[in-house]
Amino acid sequence: MKHLPVAGKALTLLFAAIFLVACSSTDTKEAEEAAAAAAAAATAAQAAEQAAAAEAAAEVTRLQDAVAAVGNVFYFEFDSSALTPAAAASLDAHIALLKTNDRSVRLEGHTDERGTRDYNMALGERRANAVRDYMAASGIANYRVESVSYGEEQPVAYGSGESNWSQNRRVELK
Amino acid sequence: MKWLVWTGSKKVSTIALLVALLLATVGARAELVIEITQGVDNPTAIAVVPFAWHGAGSVPEDIAAVVDSDLTRSGQFAPVDRSDMLGLPSTEKEVFYRDWRAIQSEYLLIGRVSVTDQMRIEYELFDVLRQTRVYSGVELGPVNEARMLGHRVSDKIYQQLTGIRGAFATRLLYVAVTRVPGGKDYFRLTLADSDGARPIVLLESREPVLAPTWSPDGREIAYVSFETSRPAIFRQNLQTGAREQLTNFRGLNSSPSWSPDGKTMAMVLSKDGSPDIYLMDLVSKKLTRITRHYAIDTEPAWMPDGKSLLFTSDRGGRPQIYRYTLASGQTDRLTYEGSYNARARVAQDGRNVVMVHQINGRFHIALLDLVTNRLQVLTSTELDESPSIAPNGSMLLYATKYGGRGILAAVSVDGGVKFRLPARDGDVREPAWSPYMSR
Repeated sequence: MKHLPVAGKALTLLFAAIFLVACSSTDTKEAEEAAAAAAAAATAAQAAEQAAAAEAAAEVTRLQDAVAAVGNVFYFEFDSSALTPAAAASLDAHIALLKTNDRSVRLEGHTDERGTRDYNMALGERRANAVRDYMAASGIANYRVESVSYGEEQPVAYGSGESNWSQNRRVELK
Repeated sequence: MKWLVWTGSKKVSTIALLVALLLATVGARAELVIEITQGVDNPTAIAVVPFAWHGAGSVPEDIAAVVDSDLTRSGQFAPVDRSDMLGLPSTEKEVFYRDWRAIQSEYLLIGRVSVTDQMRIEYELFDVLRQTRVYSGVELGPVNEARMLGHRVSDKIYQQLTGIRGAFATRLLYVAVTRVPGGKDYFRLTLADSDGARPIVLLESREPVLAPTWSPDGREIAYVSFETSRPAIFRQNLQTGAREQLTNFRGLNSSPSWSPDGKTMAMVLSKDGSPDIYLMDLVSKKLTRITRHYAIDTEPAWMPDGKSLLFTSDRGGRPQIYRYTLASGQTDRLTYEGSYNARARVAQDGRNVVMVHQINGRFHIALLDLVTNRLQVLTSTELDESPSIAPNGSMLLYATKYGGRGILAAVSVDGGVKFRLPARDGDVREPAWSPYMSR
């Protein structure tokens, strides 16, 4: 049986070949599927990430718009450093935005022209610090905030009378 | 502790250059004009005859006009109009008393001016009714200080006739401001003679400059400048121009006040939380905190003996004047009348204290007599602030508003004499009357 071993060999080889082909074709298919799945997953993740980033960006834009809407000047009553409800609401918009970044801010305190210049310098600082403390209570670390008082030295409105004075009693966030 | 010596640095030369430029260009802008608004009821009539000029060319300065203006500004004298004079004597021989009795002049001042290497002013004062010479004197000094020599003549005449040392040969510091609506104002720290003449801009900045004050010898000044974008206290030598930044602390750096011995600067810092009074040794720069209160403590002012300081505090709820005694560490409240008393300044007698006092929502200057505890309101305008007493204690300067502009004004400590010193242009504020100038 000389041919048998040959035929057997050939058959063995054939089977082996078929097996290998079968095997290799199975592997390729699986790998392709896996890659496709991974790619799909990655695309999905990327899309989700982009969506999240877009959402975050939209949120920041929304917060920036909110800040722009309230402005950066907070007004005070005469001889008072207590935040008015309006000032606190405006400040909340700034705090929300500051929580999305690590920016440092400068709080410039101002007073109206009544009273002495150096006492007003102290009063302006008290106002700036009232804003700083409100921000700290809302989670903005003190090291990010600097208070500088200008007292009555930099009025916005030069005239006398409450209509001018009320514009000058302020803290500007910069 | 942080402090910087800027002498010789680029910043100093820039400022020096700026000052030089300003001297040439904007000097006149900060110049003050005098408007006398109220004098005493029966001022003493005195004829100040134009002084004879013994020199080549025209007289460098009308000394008699300087004296005439000084005496008029005191409110206690009514100088005779030159056009009413029946003669212009310059020596005793030329004096005819009947000429001066005829125009009801009680006193007569004559003089002679000459210049060799220095200006020399000889002058004589006569009592017209008693027909005698009551005083004669000589003033010597550089020609470019002619006006100051005239003020010295005024000082002597004033002392002779009132018994009080004159304070005309002194100088003023003040802050002139040019408004820039919608932009940054110009602040000019200005030095002038006591009559507002010869203004010199010492510092110009687009950032606030405030709280100018004098060293007790009149050779140096201190002030607060925001030029670093934060408040800082500077001292500056008026002769050499040398400038030193004394503080650079986080928070307030305000209200510098030189101790009477010149060795210590009281100031307000908030670096430890709330505004408190500190003393800085000007040699070692060591700081000592003298008030510890969560309220506002500010505006320190030394008593002339250097043993205690007055300051403003709202520890009682509203700003009032307190006294801190260095030896005992004790704090006493001095003011109880009114809901707002702030920024005290003490006369050299240690008895009269001037301050900003609020009545019915208006801010006036008031004088508190520490012996009788009587408080007298001296002014009737409504945004009066920054009182500063003349070294002889007779008058005080303050800042107020007139016609919508910031002006300087003066009032005698008895409230009887008043005059205004508006700037020709812009706002002026924070007058600081110098001590007697050491020569």
